[in-house]
Amino acid sequence: MSEIKFTIDGKECTARAGQTIVEAASSSGVYIPTLCNYDGLKPAGACRICTVSVAGRNMAACTTPVASGMMVENNTPEINDMRKSIIEMLFVEGNHMCPVCEKSGNCELQALAYRYLMLAPRFPYLWPRRSVDASIPKLYKDGNRCIQCLRCVRGITAADGRKVFGLVDRGGRVRIGHDPELAASLGEEQAKRAMELCPVGSLIRKGVGYAVPIGKRKYDGTPIGGELERA
Amino acid sequence: MSKPVVATASLAGCFGCHMSVLDIDERILTLIDLVEFNKSPIDDIKTFTKQCDIGIIEGGCCNSENVENLRLFRKHCKILIALGECAIMGGLPAMRNGIPVKECLEEAYLNCPTVDDGIIPNDDELPMILDRVYPLHEIVKIDYYLPGCPPMADLIWNALVALLEGKPLDLPYEVVKFD
Ligand code: SF4
Ligand code: SF4
Ligand code: FES
Repeated sequence: MSEIKFTIDGKECTARAGQTIVEAASSSGVYIPTLCNYDGLKPAGACRICTVSVAGRNMAACTTPVASGMMVENNTPEINDMRKSIIEMLFVEGNHMCPVCEKSGNCELQALAYRYLMLAPRFPYLWPRRSVDASIPKLYKDGNRCIQCLRCVRGITAADGRKVFGLVDRGGRVRIGHDPELAASLGEEQAKRAMELCPVGSLIRKGVGYAVPIGKRKYDGTPIGGELERA
Repeated sequence: MSKPVVATASLAGCFGCHMSVLDIDERILTLIDLVEFNKSPIDDIKTFTKQCDIGIIEGGCCNSENVENLRLFRKHCKILIALGECAIMGGLPAMRNGIPVKECLEEAYLNCPTVDDGIIPNDDELPMILDRVYPLHEIVKIDYYLPGCPPMADLIWNALVALLEGKPLDLPYEVVKFD
């Protein structure tokens, strides 16, 4: 198979045909932040945190295939500040209260806020009124924290392939709905996978609680993307 | 040279951030050598008696008294630090944001299971409840933010020392946390 040569911030990288910039960067040890992207799921290009610049144009690195000779800008002050602003928008658009969130320390949104050193968002908090739904036997859905990444929509399906979750409504009222019957049949393993898939604390397993203490959680000591950069 | 003057306040907070200041342990002895405290619950000085260099504020603004107090701090302090999640984003008190105030008051004072013959407090002595809880920077200019619920003692200590020495704030990954 032909090898594609390209650069990220001047570093020579290689890719296989059809690989996205995010995939190729990752195998070259370069971290491009992602949030709605998830290994094994079809990219959605929904959150734009992975935005890179190619020949002066901003594009989503998780949906853009690498082309030969591409010169990708990734880790520049402008791009990183834009990413930080996306994180800030996601914080003010929902109701994020990390001190009372079961995902705190394991949350990708929070970890990105740490990585890009968000201290206070530059945008005013919107305090939308969102609901918590505890009707699924093994999961509860907290709409306050949902960032509409669609990872649950893409990743959680019934045995026959039908989607368990889906988008309901439009614009500011958009939220994640579920098929009550399919959601009721979710087993322990699927509930666990749903909680893992959700980058934030919007899908939380019932009956587990704060299993790991503060200080020992995934991103407490290691920044998101750190594994990749150390490798 | 006179020592830098520090003032602190807890607005709509739980005093946990002040507890975290005390968590700097024996370094508090160094701190009282380095600075002089003015208006603060730490020394129980209730009103400003001079202009201060650093004002440290825990808690957001949930009522008119908080807003007044915050403006007073902005007037009397060269540097204002928002300390902790409530000061930065409203924190747990902000869980009422998005719910109309009327509903909140009725739930707390009329409909709560432990209430009989409730009345909604309404006395001129009481500060007015705001429509929602505001983070400090949505009311006055804030110079520095130290997140955490509460912020880690090391974060507070590092930041204070840096400010006193006129150095850039040191914010290592391990101590900047939102929880
Ligand atoms: S989902 Fe993440 S960012 Fe939101 S409250 Fe929970 S820990 Fe914080
Ligand atoms: S519930 Fe979680 S996984 Fe699903 S869209 Fe919301 S944030 Fe994404
Ligand atoms: S990770 Fe690429 S758009 Fe979300």
